[in-house]
Amino acid sequence: MSPRVRIALKAAVWVAALWPLGVLVRGYFADDLTANPIDYITRTLGLTALVLILASLGMTPLRIVFGWSWPIQFRRLLGLLAFFYVVVHFSVWIGLDHFFDWPRMWQDVRKRPFITVGMLALLLLLPLAATSTTGMIKRMGGANWRLLHKLAYVIGILGVLHFLWLSKKGRTTAYYYAITLAVLLGVRLWDWLRKRWRASVETARRPTAAREA
Amino acid sequence: MLAKREDERKLRGEDIPPSEITDPGIYLNRRAFMTGVAALALAPWAGMAQAQGNLQPLQATKNPAYQLPDALTSYKNITTYNNFYEFGTDKGDPAAHASSLKTRPWTVQVDGLCAKPKTFDIEELLKFPLEERVYRLRCVEAWSMIIPWIGFPLSALLKRVEPTGQAKYVEFTTLVNPEMFPGQKRGIFGFTLDWPYTEGLRLDEAMHPLTLMTVGLYGQVLPNQNGAPLRVVVPWKYGFKSGKSIVRIRLTQDEPKTSWNRAAPNEYGFYSNVNPEVSHPRWSQANERRIGELRRRETLMFNGYGDQVASLYAGMDLKRYY
Repeated sequence: MSPRVRIALKAAVWVAALWPLGVLVRGYFADDLTANPIDYITRTLGLTALVLILASLGMTPLRIVFGWSWPIQFRRLLGLLAFFYVVVHFSVWIGLDHFFDWPRMWQDVRKRPFITVGMLALLLLLPLAATSTTGMIKRMGGANWRLLHKLAYVIGILGVLHFLWLSKKGRTTAYYYAITLAVLLGVRLWDWLRKRWRASVETARRPTAAREA
Repeated sequence: MLAKREDERKLRGEDIPPSEITDPGIYLNRRAFMTGVAALALAPWAGMAQAQGNLQPLQATKNPAYQLPDALTSYKNITTYNNFYEFGTDKGDPAAHASSLKTRPWTVQVDGLCAKPKTFDIEELLKFPLEERVYRLRCVEAWSMIIPWIGFPLSALLKRVEPTGQAKYVEFTTLVNPEMFPGQKRGIFGFTLDWPYTEGLRLDEAMHPLTLMTVGLYGQVLPNQNGAPLRVVVPWKYGFKSGKSIVRIRLTQDEPKTSWNRAAPNEYGFYSNVNPEVSHPRWSQANERRIGELRRRETLMFNGYGDQVASLYAGMDLKRYY
C-alpha cells in the first residue's frame, strides 16, 4: 500500500470514529438529544466504543479469510479510539448520570452484573492502552506484548455481555453485536484448529517420509 | 445513627444549598399571578395547562385537589419519549409510528363479574365529566415526568356496570392489530411481548379516586403515542401498569396475568408500586431523573401518593409483593 493511500485510510478511520462524537456535540447545541439527554449520550458513547472494539477485533479475521494483511495496521488506532470512547462513557456515568455519588455507584458496580462486567472491561483496557506505543512493544518483547494484548478478546466478550445484560426484553440490538463477536472469534478458532490439524498431520507424516527416504 | 440523622436533615431540607432555594418573593409573585389568571378565567377550563400540540382541544375542569407545585414536563418531551411496545421497542418509535393507529371507530368492552356488562363507544366515554389532574409519572426505568392528564375516575365507569361481590380484580386489555401497531409484528428474534398487552389492578386499587381513565393531556385529546383514545393512569405505580389504547376492561376473581410479569417475573411484579427501597435487578429505584432536569432526585414512596394509598397495603410485605 502506498503511503498516500495509507494516510487517506487512516484519516477516514479518524473521521468515521469521531463522527458519533460530532453528532452528540451538534445535538447539544441544537437541543436535539432526546427528552433524556444523559441517557442518550451514555448509550451513544457506549455503543460507539463497542463498535470500535469489534472493529479492532475484525482486522485479523480479514487476513485469515481474505488474505489481506494491510488492515492490521489500523488495529492500534481503532483500539485507542475505543479506549477514548470508553473513558468518556465512564466519565459521563460518573459526572453527569450519578453526579459523583460514589457510594451509590460502588453499590451498582457490586450489585448489577452488567455494570460489574463493564467496569472490568474498562480496567482491562487500561494496560492495553498504556502499552500501545512502539516503545512499549520493544521494551516488553513481542511475545509478552502479544500475550498481554490477547486481553482484547476478553474485553470484547465483557463489552458484549455488558450490552446484553443491560438490554430489556424485546430490545434485540445487542444480539447483533453478540453474533458479530461470535463470528470474529469463531474465525480465529477455526484458523487455530486448522493450523493445529495441519501440524498434527505433518508430524504424523514425517516419520514415514523419513523411512521412505 | 449517623445515617438516620443525615436522613432527618434531608427531610428538613437542610442539605439544600441556599443558592438552590427559591426566594419566597418569586414564588409568591407567581402564585399571585396564577390566582389572577384563574380569577380572570371565564370558562372553567381556561386555567388548564395550555395546549401545545395540534390535536383537537378537550374541555375539562381543573381539579384543584390534584395539582402539583412541580413544573410541568414539556408537551414535546411527553409526546416523544414513550415506552409503548406496540409501536416498537425504542422510545422514539411511538411518536414515529403514531399515525398508523386509527382511534375511530373504537369501543371498550366492560364485562366479567358485573351485573350490567356493556360495550361503550368511545364517544359515550368522552361524555363522562372530564377533569384535568396533574400527576407525577414514574417509569420503572428510573425517569419521571409531570403530566397534566384529562380524564375521569375509573370508579365512575366501574360503578356503571355494577361489579358483583365476587369481583376482586380488574384486567385491562390493549388493542391487538399489527397493521396499526407495527411493534406487534413478529421480528427476527420472535415477539417482544405476548400480545395482547394486559395489565391489572386489585379492585380496591381500581376504585381508588386517584385511578384515572384518561382521554387527554395538555388540554387536548390524547396523542396516539400516549395511549389514545383511552388509557388508565395509576400514578403511584410504575408507568407500565397503566395500560394504553384499551379495548376491554374485565372484572375477575383471580389475579390477572400481566404482560411484563409474564415476560420477566423477577423484574416486574403484579403490584409494581413505586418503592425506592425495592431495587430493580439492574438498577436502584432509590432515585430518578426527572425529564428536563440534570440532577437525579430521590424517589418518593408510592411516588409521593403514600398519604392517599398506603392504607391499601397495610400489613403487606412490599418487598415480597413488588
